[in-house]
Amino acid sequence: MTPQTRAVAVVRTGTANLASVRTAFERLGCTARFVSGAADVARAGRVVLPGVGAFAAAWRAVTTDGLADALQDRMAAGRPTLGICLGMQLMAAGSEEAPGTPGLGVLRGVAERYDDRLRVPQMGWNEVVPDDGCRIVPRGFGYFANSYGLRAAAGAAPWRSAWSRYGDRFLAAAEHGALVACQFHPELSGAYGRALLSRWLAA
Amino acid sequence: MTRLPIRVLPCLDVRDGRVVKGVGFKRLADQGDPAALARAYEAQGADEVVVLDVSATSERRSARLDTVRAVRRRLSVPLAVGGGVARAEDAAALLEAGADKVAANTAAVRRPGLLSELAARFGSQCVVVAVDAAATADGGYEVIVRSGTEPSGLDAVAWVQTAAEAGAGEILLTSVDRDGAKAGYDLELVRRVRAAVSVPIVASGGAESPAHMAAAVEAGADAVLAASIFHQSTWTVDGIKDALLEMGVPVRPRFREEGVPVEAVRAP
Repeated sequence: MTPQTRAVAVVRTGTANLASVRTAFERLGCTARFVSGAADVARAGRVVLPGVGAFAAAWRAVTTDGLADALQDRMAAGRPTLGICLGMQLMAAGSEEAPGTPGLGVLRGVAERYDDRLRVPQMGWNEVVPDDGCRIVPRGFGYFANSYGLRAAAGAAPWRSAWSRYGDRFLAAAEHGALVACQFHPELSGAYGRALLSRWLAA
Repeated sequence: MTRLPIRVLPCLDVRDGRVVKGVGFKRLADQGDPAALARAYEAQGADEVVVLDVSATSERRSARLDTVRAVRRRLSVPLAVGGGVARAEDAAALLEAGADKVAANTAAVRRPGLLSELAARFGSQCVVVAVDAAATADGGYEVIVRSGTEPSGLDAVAWVQTAAEAGAGEILLTSVDRDGAKAGYDLELVRRVRAAVSVPIVASGGAESPAHMAAAVEAGADAVLAASIFHQSTWTVDGIKDALLEMGVPVRPRFREEGVPVEAVRAP
């Protein structure tokens, strides 16, 4: 890896478990620093958009000081960006959890709450099955902790989708070059997560 | 799938920076370094690691953040931490240090609003209510607080309902009677709590064998927690999972870098 790829900027979305994200990248030989400004997001070689907690609060965090524009710009340009869990949902067109809140619109669809007949939140390891052509998201089990999920495919080709089932099928991950979104937590998914993060760092 | 693979959770009871384990919450003996044990259990296939600071409440101090940081540095599966979580700030400090979930126990019993505060700020998936329960003479279960030392007078089943409604996303359900006794989980306790709530349940207290764990799953547990059998190398996590799979309990297969996991997951 070049020095630039070893530096990862992690967006402060308010309540995320940032220590887990930071240590996961440190174990892979990266330096991870936390950023919250649009200029940092525009400048960084690699950006991670993490998130746990409530959609509306996280949306407020990313729409402060032009951050959302900076994220949209870098994703439109295909620059390396990884959305995790709520970070993935922020990349979509919104969430049932916060009606009327738009989302970044990089991915299609709106996050929907899981069927109440299931255990909600989904808490644990679920199988991720990538469509043909996924280069970064491997097949295996990722760790999920979420009550909402996207149902639609990520978007038109060259977007690629990876799927899991919880009741119905939902979007476990999506990738397009070095743009990656994961509903699960690669930073908490052991060897599977390390494989994914290593591939993203090399993309 | 509508039911995820059953999680197997080693638990590290920590006191003064060391892992300890006793019987019925008493007679604590040193079992090793938390970070080293957590790393070893992940390598064995642990789905998650739980760290409980067993001295936190009784000695009126928050769970030791340095232990959490040390475990986090070496652990790449989820970390749940409990012990002395009395305010949202305690939880924030644990999350900042590297926890992925926080477990509240005594303080939540005294002030159920704590769970709502934690859920509103961090999300339900981040909030565990740890319930220590003991069988009562009239066939019920009572919540015991302060590290299993003080009866609360609260009915355990009613309490988990209140806690789930308040925003707890998971129940860490420990039988005080069975803790460290290796006689199996209290299955009736698991069944009653399962009937009362839809959030995930972690069965805890009394596991000695995969058969005990399979029975807890049958009773409604989504995850099974054990301590002594791992610390004393009676079982490895992998050994437990192989045996569970033999009994038809789905477990998470190991990841192989080549792609497709080698072992298949079987439905129960």
